[in-house]
Amino acid sequence: MKKYIDTGKKDTRSGFGAGLEVLGKTNENVVALCADLIGSLKMDAFIANNPERFFQVGIAEANMMGIAAGLTIGGKIPFTGTFANFSTGRVYDQIRQSIAYSGKNVKICASHAGLTLGEDGATHQILEDIGLMKMLPGMTVINTCDYNQTKAATIAIADHEGPVYLRFGRPKVANFTAEDQKFEIGKAVQLQEGNDVTIVATGHLVWEALRAAETLNENGITADVINIHTIKPLDEEAILNSVKKTGCVVTAEEHNFLGGLGESVSRVLVKNLPVPQEFIATNDTFGESGTPEQLMEKYGLNAAAIVNAVEKVIKRK
Amino acid sequence: MPKTQQLEDFVTQVRRDILRQVHKVNSGHPGGSLGCTEFFVALYQEIMDRKDGFDMDGIGEDLFFLSNGHISPVFYSVLARSGYFPVEELNTFRLIDSRLQGHPTTHEGLPGVRIASGSLGQGMSVAIGAAQAKKLNNDNHIVYSLHGDGELQEGQNWEAIMYASAKKVDNLISTIDLNGQQIDGSTDDVLPMGSIKGKFEAFGWDVLEIKEGNNITAVIEGLKEAKSKTGKGKPVCVLLHTVMGNGVDFMMHTHAWHGKAPNDEQLAIGLEQNPETLGDY
Repeated sequence: MKKYIDTGKKDTRSGFGAGLEVLGKTNENVVALCADLIGSLKMDAFIANNPERFFQVGIAEANMMGIAAGLTIGGKIPFTGTFANFSTGRVYDQIRQSIAYSGKNVKICASHAGLTLGEDGATHQILEDIGLMKMLPGMTVINTCDYNQTKAATIAIADHEGPVYLRFGRPKVANFTAEDQKFEIGKAVQLQEGNDVTIVATGHLVWEALRAAETLNENGITADVINIHTIKPLDEEAILNSVKKTGCVVTAEEHNFLGGLGESVSRVLVKNLPVPQEFIATNDTFGESGTPEQLMEKYGLNAAAIVNAVEKVIKRK
Repeated sequence: MPKTQQLEDFVTQVRRDILRQVHKVNSGHPGGSLGCTEFFVALYQEIMDRKDGFDMDGIGEDLFFLSNGHISPVFYSVLARSGYFPVEELNTFRLIDSRLQGHPTTHEGLPGVRIASGSLGQGMSVAIGAAQAKKLNNDNHIVYSLHGDGELQEGQNWEAIMYASAKKVDNLISTIDLNGQQIDGSTDDVLPMGSIKGKFEAFGWDVLEIKEGNNITAVIEGLKEAKSKTGKGKPVCVLLHTVMGNGVDFMMHTHAWHGKAPNDEQLAIGLEQNPETLGDY
């Protein structure tokens, strides 16, 4: 088994801020917009270094999305920053018409996604955003798993022509991927090799999947652990190659099972290689207030839940 | 031929194009299109500094964004007759596989269109973004936009209106088509908006009115005045008083022709009132 070391807990949003800071120095076309959440999105360094390339829009997300679309006309690469809920659900039609249908090169960067936003509760804990964004034709959808991956993804999407939804979170979580990683949009990352089950995880659930794989290994079950950071376009080949070997799959995400990664994986399997699948996801519900750990426990989004799901899916083979 | 006569002939031909487009497919929005014909002709034939050809970034030229995308018939006619695509293509309006979608889009690659519009209230934000990109690029050109008066009921406009003055987007001229009509009736019946002039002024814009929005000379003079107000720290709002359905007597002064096409007989009357000048497609 490969060993993954948590090099010190960090929030993925700080990875975004660090990536944006790099872009401020390396890509003169990158501009940033924020709807009154600079500190939460960790955009301070970019703003300090590039004040003329930053647009504070105020609490007006719809306007922000439209301005971002307009800034692309003239060659700018706008990165918008606000919470995931206000980056998607609140402004769906603006994204649909002015960005996606219009084919604009806007990077929608969304923090505080999912339950791990914590105490603010369900009004802010969007669990539907992956579904909303992946349904838009031409939209690339990325959900990163740790600080290093978020930083790498932020830098990488600037070179991708077309709209991107980049989803990350609030809490400090394990930072375990390589600092110097090359981020390839649409390319899965194989984290563990095993024979009995495939665990496909995205975002904060990737670390939980690795912890689950360790527990399973102690019980004599070996797992392929695949990090799907890009939900759309999905790396179908990586999933199918693994499932051919293992014959069953558990998907894991901090999102509703309706519209999430799990459904995208199901679609690939039923078209190519139907096998049993279990879903680690929220079950068509809103969240609530609590600490991130309490919420992930209550809603079944942690390593223990993955272990249970693996045992269940193996029995269904 | 005097210039004014040439422009009036252009306007008459565009009116014919509008009627023929919507008649052919028995759908589309003639009312607002007819009311804004002078504005579009003035903008594309007299006011805007335009490059030959079309590229999306539009660096080094004035730009125009249509926010109330349903008046696509007038937009398409003026774009075609200003050289952006063949005039014959107006024949494909709203047909399957056409670049001339019911509402304008970049999706099919139609030259002259830089944003999709149709879902109302989004165009001013986009125009602001394009104007700010021009400032970043040290491009000393102007961004124009057009909005319906009913469209101002969409809240995103007021976010944009607040932002544009706060950020001193003074290379932007947003025109409001004040025809006083929307789908369900007059704007005063549906949702009275009070003084639009007072609202824009309160939000920090420089506002001017064109009282005769269906007089080509008045529109050109008004837009020239608007241009002279750019670069002075404030965005510029033009309140363009028009008559919905202008130029076709039975379509005027009513919301009835907002989104309804004429039948064969009505088309014949409309075309009779707007004789062929530049040549039909």
